Amino acid sequence: MELLLLIILIFMIVGSIIAIETKNLLSAVISVGVVGFCLSIAFLILGAPDIAITQVVVEILILVILIRATITTDNTAIERHWDTFSFISSLIFFGLFLVFAWLAVQELPRFGEPLLRVSSDYLETGPEKSGATNIVTGILLDFRAYDTIGEATVLFTSIVGAFVILRRRGRKHRKDMDREKVGILQDEDIKKDFRGF
Amino acid sequence: MILYFLALVLFVMGLYCLVAKKNIIKKIIGITITEYSINLFLILLGYRSGGVAPILLKGMPRSEIALHSVDPLPQALVLTSIVIGLGVLALMVAICLRLYEKYKTFDMSEINELRG
Amino acid sequence: MVNLPDEVGDPTKGMTSIVKTIVRFVLGIVIMFGAYIVLYGHLTPGGGFAGGVILACGYITLTLAFGRELALRKMGDTAASILDNSGALAFLVIGFLGFTGGYFFLNFIDHGQTFRLFSAGIIPLCNIAIAFKVTSSLFAIFMALSIFGRFMSRLVEEEE
Repeated sequence: MELLLLIILIFMIVGSIIAIETKNLLSAVISVGVVGFCLSIAFLILGAPDIAITQVVVEILILVILIRATITTDNTAIERHWDTFSFISSLIFFGLFLVFAWLAVQELPRFGEPLLRVSSDYLETGPEKSGATNIVTGILLDFRAYDTIGEATVLFTSIVGAFVILRRRGRKHRKDMDREKVGILQDEDIKKDFRGF
Repeated sequence: MILYFLALVLFVMGLYCLVAKKNIIKKIIGITITEYSINLFLILLGYRSGGVAPILLKGMPRSEIALHSVDPLPQALVLTSIVIGLGVLALMVAICLRLYEKYKTFDMSEINELRG
Repeated sequence: MVNLPDEVGDPTKGMTSIVKTIVRFVLGIVIMFGAYIVLYGHLTPGGGFAGGVILACGYITLTLAFGRELALRKMGDTAASILDNSGALAFLVIGFLGFTGGYFFLNFIDHGQTFRLFSAGIIPLCNIAIAFKVTSSLFAIFMALSIFGRFMSRLVEEEE
């Protein structure tokens, strides 16, 4: 079991290296898809079928949206200035991060032996108290419904934000309207420039 | 132990992509990879070796699921976080399409030059 | 087979007739599977979030295969926004109805017998509300991105 997870994780790391370093943006997006589907398999192995289903479907939607973003535009990423200083400094800092992460991981509970302080209560009394045999749904909508309503709010906010950004014609600035009245913006070229904003 | 560390390596690679790459789509890809690694780390923390999924089946005694099931709490939190990741990704793609409409490029350094 | 009007056989819109025929066969199954995932969320793996995304995927398949006009006729942007808001509102109302028994999000309906479809009190109702919310908001954001992308591709052509 652990060996299988190890192979999948190494495969995910290789996929993300390809996604990061490929020049062609479409190939990078497809490599991200590979990483996501591997993640779904890992969830399935780790005993989380709910999340595996969600991850598969969400991954498809992520791919559709990202391909929609890249396909109409120029899809080769040309790194113009190779910045040696930033490359080396980021390598040093991430190396330091990994060293401290390795030290911190030693203090965590060993893999396969979770603490289960809160969850053991949910597991024992969940089916009686909530009536749902899927304990994850029972936690999501009964024991911790406050969390769910918060997350629904976050989803709503992000969607509304995207709408505001994509809206075709925003309201005019009061200043521009005043200028138009006075006649500063009569010139067509200046008007065209302002329409870009 | 090594599995936790590999999940953190994935996190660092997403962070590197976010910081060092100039292209905006690459930055979005970096954020996506970071999010995957965090979700995986949370689920890894809740795994019990030889554990079953936290779903009660017909004919299964209730005491057995309390002894053998994996931790359901991180699963419930990660489930919503995945869908939120999709919403945030749509927001980021919207911002980056607006930037492309204005500057006709995805390159962040070029955008900085054009803005000045 | 999904019953779609004949005018969508218009070859100028959407993809080729092979894709359209396959989508006619598959779409009903996809939407039925999404509804199953939502309704049985408290018994089997799944729930409102996963089922909502599957339903949104069904609509997006329709959009990609048959063009935007047909999908907008099935669920317009106003309808999507109303469904989105009413899903969130229904979730809140279910939470506030818990005050009839004492506190917010109390499971005030009788739990019934486990392993039955009509059990677990408010959980199936919450699942349905969340599914409506997720479906309509994801569909709406996809339509917005698609309309903007069409505009952008025109922009790129003008550049060239």
